[in-house]
Amino acid sequence: MRLSKFAPRQAVNAGERKTTSAMIASIAPDGIPTRNAPFGQTLARLAHQRPGIVGLTADLAKYTDLHVFAQEYPDRFYQMGMAEQVLMSAAAGLAREGFTPFATTYAVFASRRAYDFICMAIAEENLDVKIVCALPGLTTGYGPSHQATEDIAIFRGMPNLTIIDPCDALDIEQATEAIADHKGPVYMRLLRGKVPLVLDEYDYTFQIGTARLLRDGADVLFISSGLMTMRVLEAAKVLEADRIGCAVLHVPTIKPLDTEAILAAARQPGRLVVVAENHTIIGGLGEGVAALLMREGVTPIFRQIGLPDEFLDAGALPTLHDRYGISTAEIVRRVRTWTE
Amino acid sequence: MPRAGSNVGLTERAYRIRRHAVRMGQVQGQGYVGQALGIADVLAVCYFHALRYRPDDTLWEGRDRFLLSIGHYAIALYAALIEAGVLPEEELETYGTDDSRMPMSGMAAYTPGMEITGGSLGHGLGIAVGMCLGLKRKRSDSFVYNLLSDGELGEGSTWEATMSAAHHKLDNLIAIVDFNNLQADGPSTAMLSSEPVTDKFEAFGWHAQRVDGNDIEAVRVAFDLARGLKEPRPRVIVCDTRIAKGVPFLESRDIAHFIRVEPHEWTLALDALEKGRPQ
Repeated sequence: MRLSKFAPRQAVNAGERKTTSAMIASIAPDGIPTRNAPFGQTLARLAHQRPGIVGLTADLAKYTDLHVFAQEYPDRFYQMGMAEQVLMSAAAGLAREGFTPFATTYAVFASRRAYDFICMAIAEENLDVKIVCALPGLTTGYGPSHQATEDIAIFRGMPNLTIIDPCDALDIEQATEAIADHKGPVYMRLLRGKVPLVLDEYDYTFQIGTARLLRDGADVLFISSGLMTMRVLEAAKVLEADRIGCAVLHVPTIKPLDTEAILAAARQPGRLVVVAENHTIIGGLGEGVAALLMREGVTPIFRQIGLPDEFLDAGALPTLHDRYGISTAEIVRRVRTWTE
Repeated sequence: MPRAGSNVGLTERAYRIRRHAVRMGQVQGQGYVGQALGIADVLAVCYFHALRYRPDDTLWEGRDRFLLSIGHYAIALYAALIEAGVLPEEELETYGTDDSRMPMSGMAAYTPGMEITGGSLGHGLGIAVGMCLGLKRKRSDSFVYNLLSDGELGEGSTWEATMSAAHHKLDNLIAIVDFNNLQADGPSTAMLSSEPVTDKFEAFGWHAQRVDGNDIEAVRVAFDLARGLKEPRPRVIVCDTRIAKGVPFLESRDIAHFIRVEPHEWTLALDALEKGRPQ
């Protein structure tokens, strides 16, 4: 529900009021280990071994961590200006000439503005272009102009396109390397800046198309992608204290889905299946999993945690994550209700 | 290079390109034959004067790239590719039929010599920008040509690419605009006018020329100038063409964007072409 901009606001808890964060608020809570610019650092390292890698951006190098690559390889970096259509078509042209372009912008601009160019110039030709986009889902308080709450829904229907939604710094580093190796177009959602490091505690390696069971539990199966995996891992620890055993299946590849791993996990009887994603509940991982389960005749009790089918408010990110149900506290609260 | 040692003149090449196009139209009973007839002179200059290519090796690294962003002009490019020896002439019988290498709209995966998939307008020039950047990275001296249409100038992405090409000083890019002033709903200048078109390109930092696209000698001179120019700028040649050029009874037809021709008229069209054939 959006407040009218004309309605007077009450200064509730004025002393504690949270302010709208910078364009990209850090999603890392205080005290948690982080790595800086995992995508940019990894790409710069990879570029050393692979002269075919080039980087392009549409006026957002600093905000997609591509500046790390640009500083190290200025002659392999193309600043295309605020022009996402030519960003994508020029990336297609470079791929046609044998290069491996990494094109970066915000997820909203790639998905909403440049769709046709990604579809026809890149995907239909199965070209080797990697589209890496910051601000996926609800990771900025700037309102709907910058919140890519439906990017996965937009892209899932595009043939040939691999879609990656990594969880943390480790995931991003490994995924960057994997997509550079992969032949064909890729869309990757990006957490930039100081990115939390959580998966190092688990026996985890990223592989395109592979889901990983990070922990097991008898009562709830979380199936999650992106930053929601770190949230459900935190939630699982809290719920464990309540004697609610939670399994977590991390699904960083949205397309192609690891159908085998999802089915195997969901087939275990007696568990509530909760899909958690940083995306509208329409057309994303949740609906992808639901359709898969229905097709295969697997029918557990099924719930979704994701963003509502609305244009979201502007505001401070922690407030918004609570308001729209994707904070750890909200996940815990909902799962308690569902398992009562 | 097919033109080396050949004594077939450009006007004869243009005639044959027109004839191939009309024969393909005859197979289908319809098609964008008007555009093909209009652009045939420009394509003759491209394929028999300007472009470097190998008919038997369409992915030869040293080739000039010819991008057709206007996919519906595919019949025109097929006709040129047949004349250039890239596609066999017998294959024109398959135009637009199931499993043909020559679908109605041009797609890269189907046809040797078709560099891009161009049906969604406004893509070609941006891809050309990327290819030009890539060729420069490879220290290649190949040119990238992009044949656009006047209607396509309505697509904003074309102007993003225009700015980008100038910004990156792409002197290996030559855009060709087929200005036949006709698009699906009527005259291009009445839909969304791009005039004064050369002024716009010049204001964007390009070297611009405008010629009568059905005057082969004028087109040839313009291509030579565009290639030889020693300026760090992309180049555009705006070619004013007449739709259905060479077949007078079609030239004067009102609905010429997508020509439907009575069965007996195809023969008449071929006769008209023959009458205008250079001696």
